[in-house]
Amino acid sequence: MTNAKPTDVRAKVPEGLPDAERALAALVEKMRGAVALDAKLIGIYSGGAWLAERLAAILPGNLPVGFIDVSFYRDDYGQKGLRTKVETTTLPFEVEGSRIVLVDDVLYTGRSVRAAINEIFDYGRPEKIELAVLVDRGGRELPIEATYVGARVSVARELSVVLNREADRFQLSVEPVTSEPRA
Amino acid sequence: MKIEINNGRLIDPAHGVDKTTSLYIAAGKIAAIGTAPAAWHANRSVDAAGLIVCPGLIDLSARLREPGFEYKATLESEMQAAMGGGITSLACPPDTDPPLDEPGLVEMLKHRARSLNCAHVYPVGALTEGLRGETITEMGELAEAGCVAFSQADAPLVDTQVLLRAMQYAATFGYRVWLRPQDAHLARGGIAHDGEIAMRLGLASIPSEAETIAIDSILTLARATGSRIHLARLSTHEGIARVREAKRSGMHVSCDVSINHLHLCDVDIGWFNPNCRLIPPLRGVRDRDAIRAGLVDGTIDAICSDHTPVDDDGKQVPFAEAEPGATGLELLLPLTLQWAQQEKQPLAKALSRITIDPARILGIDGGHLAQGSPADICVLDPEAWWTVEARALKSQGKNTPFLGLEVPGKVRYTLVAGQIVHEA
Amino acid sequence: MHNPQLNAGGELQHLLTLEGMPAAIVERILDTAVPFVSIAERDVKKVPLLRGKTVFNLFFENSTRTRTTFEIAAKRLSADVINLNVGVSSTSKGETLLDTIDNLVAMNADMFVVRHAQSGAPHLIAQHLSARQREHVHVINAGDGRHAHPTQGLLDLFTIRHYKREFRNLTVAIVGDVLHSRVARSLIHGLTTMGAAEVRAIGPQTLLPTAVEKMGVRVYHDMKSGLAGCDVIVMLRLQTERMKGSLLPSAGEFFKHYGLTADKLASARPDAIVMHPGPMNRGVEIDSAVADGKHSVILPQVTFGIAVRMAVMSILGGG
Repeated sequence: MTNAKPTDVRAKVPEGLPDAERALAALVEKMRGAVALDAKLIGIYSGGAWLAERLAAILPGNLPVGFIDVSFYRDDYGQKGLRTKVETTTLPFEVEGSRIVLVDDVLYTGRSVRAAINEIFDYGRPEKIELAVLVDRGGRELPIEATYVGARVSVARELSVVLNREADRFQLSVEPVTSEPRA
Repeated sequence: MKIEINNGRLIDPAHGVDKTTSLYIAAGKIAAIGTAPAAWHANRSVDAAGLIVCPGLIDLSARLREPGFEYKATLESEMQAAMGGGITSLACPPDTDPPLDEPGLVEMLKHRARSLNCAHVYPVGALTEGLRGETITEMGELAEAGCVAFSQADAPLVDTQVLLRAMQYAATFGYRVWLRPQDAHLARGGIAHDGEIAMRLGLASIPSEAETIAIDSILTLARATGSRIHLARLSTHEGIARVREAKRSGMHVSCDVSINHLHLCDVDIGWFNPNCRLIPPLRGVRDRDAIRAGLVDGTIDAICSDHTPVDDDGKQVPFAEAEPGATGLELLLPLTLQWAQQEKQPLAKALSRITIDPARILGIDGGHLAQGSPADICVLDPEAWWTVEARALKSQGKNTPFLGLEVPGKVRYTLVAGQIVHEA
Repeated sequence: MHNPQLNAGGELQHLLTLEGMPAAIVERILDTAVPFVSIAERDVKKVPLLRGKTVFNLFFENSTRTRTTFEIAAKRLSADVINLNVGVSSTSKGETLLDTIDNLVAMNADMFVVRHAQSGAPHLIAQHLSARQREHVHVINAGDGRHAHPTQGLLDLFTIRHYKREFRNLTVAIVGDVLHSRVARSLIHGLTTMGAAEVRAIGPQTLLPTAVEKMGVRVYHDMKSGLAGCDVIVMLRLQTERMKGSLLPSAGEFFKHYGLTADKLASARPDAIVMHPGPMNRGVEIDSAVADGKHSVILPQVTFGIAVRMAVMSILGGG
């Protein structure tokens, strides 16, 4: 089912999925000039990590990039267990006193972001954390909002919005929700 | 009480009988076979159509747990199990508490058993005092009290000089000596057969040499003393080969195996199944196959249950700490039948190994059906399969490695001294 | 009897032995341990995975070292840890092993880390929990008799993978008292599962089990030949009570033939690593110079041990 062609599911997404590259461009526009020059990017694996890398390449200032895996801080461990593939969080800079931009591909319930913030705090006390997301699909279950949003979309509960990377280009797609804890 | 058993397939291996006929019982004895005696009027007629009528089974080793271990099982419950298993005579080993080294204990046991009016109990007396392997017992007194043989049960007899003297003394009076061949030093600390399974499971092991060295010693001393030796619970193919050699050379020696070793090997321990904690240990496939072949060619004389009821407290512990032994009175018949079916052996041979052959080893007049002999009879359905589970067992011991398995052979009637003591 | 460490869905329910453990599960444990190594380097070494869970360290056989690493691992996962040193006999208070388990389960135990002098004790506990339908309670074998020490086997595999990347081309030698060693058995199972090219057991006949080849091992009695071309050398601890008696005449003679010295080490590959489960008997299994030398990865083993145990607990503890 994960190989369903976009045409098969487009009917389920009333407004149609935004084009990922255009969303990225929109996101960059909002961030350019707003993000501090000494900010540090932290991308949430794996979509947020890809996104953080591209943002670092495009945004001015040569912003350092770290990657965070939130598997150990998720709130659904009790129901779903640990993800099969856990990456290593790598933050090649001091968190203490830093201005951080947390980066994720899709903002949905807000739980991944909550987990990421908790994890970041175990590395030190940042001065500020902002959130940049490529897509905000609504459906918040926690009081969390993104500082910078590339595009908004509304998608049925049974579907996941997924960021794909082919060569250097991003693409968004939808997939049925799996039992694996979401990245 | 006059009882007739009609239309059954009478199999009496001792006399080579295998025919459909009727059996007539009166005054505790077999009054006639085939034709009713004159002026016959039965109080009870049993229709044995489709069933086998054979001598009551004889079990060479059944621990009844009295005296001393009544919390594990009692004479009452175990006798019920024996009846249910078609066993009309059984020998019990001397490792009771206290051991059967005093004539008073033996008399008490016999008296208790007699009062229950169930199977005949033949106590095996202790060969040495307290089974300690140091001083010999008053074998004369014990024999008079009813002991049919003398053994060490599973207790070691390390001092070969004591073993020699015990054999000499027994030989003087013609007493039988039953010995389980195991060299105490080689077996020390061992739990499982020395092979791949013990290695994988990390269990201290007992090499086959522990049995073969002991057999060599015992046979050598037996030749020197003329003692009548019975080797109990053989487990190794090398050991069976030695007995075969000894018999071929004309030596009078007998041996038995347990139902557990007839069918199982060390692989069946699986993930530390405590019901497979047995003495001797379950050995390898080759050993099990040699046991099965040894019963076919007669090297091994008899099959016994080695009935040893153990409660949960004794088994629900790590493997090496578990009390060894398995319950078996109710499995002697089915597992013997199963062996015969699997090895394509005639029913008569299978029944022989649990009737006339053990009777000879015990030295009793039993295990056969002749006019005038005691009416100890088993009527069984060889086609009735049943599942071995706790509630199907009358014994208080539910500890068997065969739990959950389906086995053939249900006893429909058991008669002891002409009385129906079990029917199902 | 089915292997009770996997549930009906083929997922890890308990960690009892590496024997028969699917390679995919072994790999998952090793992969999951990697991020835990990094976490140990942070100031805040905790993650909240096992918050609210209670882990009982049930040690029927004394071992401060192993118990401590499990305690650290559980605490770093934010679990509540209770240490129960039941002493040598489980029936010292007249309570059976399974009665003890039942009582602790009634006190909301989520996980048992069990070390016992008898092989099969953790299996017994796991089967009992299954019979009582306590699927949410997990058992980790911290060493049972001679049978298995799966977390040690896993941390040894992790260490080897860390330094050597792949198992496929490796020749690994395990030296010493294999007969009595649960560490050796677990490592042999782990290496054969992960496809190591060759596993060797080096020792005197008295210290090698009959049929050890059946586990996929090549036996050597001469240490120099056995170490020739080895990538990994694992030295086993020789227990004091075995050093003199009918198994061995003396520690000195053992060291002469089977102690790892620089001279014997020279037979192995120049980039060979030296491992030891600890605690070491310097001058018996291993020369001090080698233990502290550049081939030795004995101290990293300890660090990796905590990460691997955290990985095992977090995989077991999930919903």
